[in-house]
Amino acid sequence: MPATASKFETAVLEHLDAAYNLARWLTRNEQDAQDVVQESCMNALRAFDSFRGGDFRAWFLAIVRNTSFTWLRRRKNLSSPAAGQSLEAGAEIAADYEVYDPQAIAIRAADADLVRRAIAALPELLREAVVLREMEGLSYKEIGKIAGVPIGTVMSRLARGRMQLQALLVEMDGPNTGNAVQEDDR
Amino acid sequence: MTCDQAQQLLHAYLDDELDLATALQIEAHLPDCPKCSKELEAARIAGRAVAQPAIYYPAPSELRDRLKRAIRSEIGETETPQHAGFLTAWWKRPLAYSGLAAAMILIVCSIALLLPNRASPGQIDDLVASHVRSLEENHLMDVASTDQHTVKPWFEGKIEFSPPVIDLSAEGYPLIGGRLDYLDQKKVAALIYRRNKHVINLFIWPGDATPEVDAKQGFNLIRFECKGMTCWAVSDLNTAELQQFADLFKAQKAASTRS
Repeated sequence: MPATASKFETAVLEHLDAAYNLARWLTRNEQDAQDVVQESCMNALRAFDSFRGGDFRAWFLAIVRNTSFTWLRRRKNLSSPAAGQSLEAGAEIAADYEVYDPQAIAIRAADADLVRRAIAALPELLREAVVLREMEGLSYKEIGKIAGVPIGTVMSRLARGRMQLQALLVEMDGPNTGNAVQEDDR
Repeated sequence: MTCDQAQQLLHAYLDDELDLATALQIEAHLPDCPKCSKELEAARIAGRAVAQPAIYYPAPSELRDRLKRAIRSEIGETETPQHAGFLTAWWKRPLAYSGLAAAMILIVCSIALLLPNRASPGQIDDLVASHVRSLEENHLMDVASTDQHTVKPWFEGKIEFSPPVIDLSAEGYPLIGGRLDYLDQKKVAALIYRRNKHVINLFIWPGDATPEVDAKQGFNLIRFECKGMTCWAVSDLNTAELQQFADLFKAQKAASTRS
């Protein structure tokens, strides 16, 4: 295998967990996440010549996120034209949000399944910011580069994401009451 | 620091993204303000809930194997056997090929000298990617205004230069807004114009530029210089009209500086 190709393979495999985790949270479906990551990987390989060193993780994750959003848009258009609602839907909730009791949040946060459902229920762009920050530990600058937005936008998306998450954690139904946000089914 | 100001910055404080002076101001405010303290604590717990390892999805091992196979077969297709043959022959017959090698080095050097400003393929890719991304919902503009006197000051304090902004609506290219963008890890100004139903992104950053025309994925790209700035116009508009837009942008600027 040529040197650049093995370099590419090593780099992709090193960041594969981050790529899959991001795609998995954006698509909310295991099989789709695998397909998105494979497609991203092939796109990245073809564009690898244009990668001029620097932060491979951010470069690769940007491709994964763009592929995920293209995929989501394609599916929304297929399901119904009206479903093309704003990706930032739910922004109004944050306008006059409530500050929840930290103790109450901490109790619900111990339930991993509930936390999963709460994250899945966030609007996509807020979910993206929260996942990159909290699960990958990326800086605002790195997230901005991946999502293609200024740092100020990253800051407000994270703030709104965490606030909506608090509301979802506290107010969402517990495990036994049904009415859960499950995996997307088609 | 007022409570309102502190609230705007609590999450950036939590994420360690504030400069030291501002962080100290927040720290001075917190003990006096139960509301901000409670909010910070709530945000911290919500963040930790997401960070717990139990909810992370590591890549399945079958995906890992599938990708390895896919990368290898993709690369296998593009490898050419003649290439390897040439290299073996080269070291066996060093004298015959040393002249050729010298000539090649000379050609590469002179191309590099003749075209100091040629855009790299990567830059073209980045410009097209930024243009495409801007067409996604909610991504087109940070400041929506047809008024150049609103758009130009908007960039102040956001970038280290002041981009030339002019309205070309009389010529059929109305200005519709501006946006901050990132290219090659630096902040650039993006002006958005419209021609009928086509969107034109005009990326601007400091530096001189030689004119260049490119096309990629069905988009046309034109580079030109205006007031010491490198300008790249990207659009699905045809080359002739995009060139007219570039010429008008340059000319209008020259006219307004004369007056």
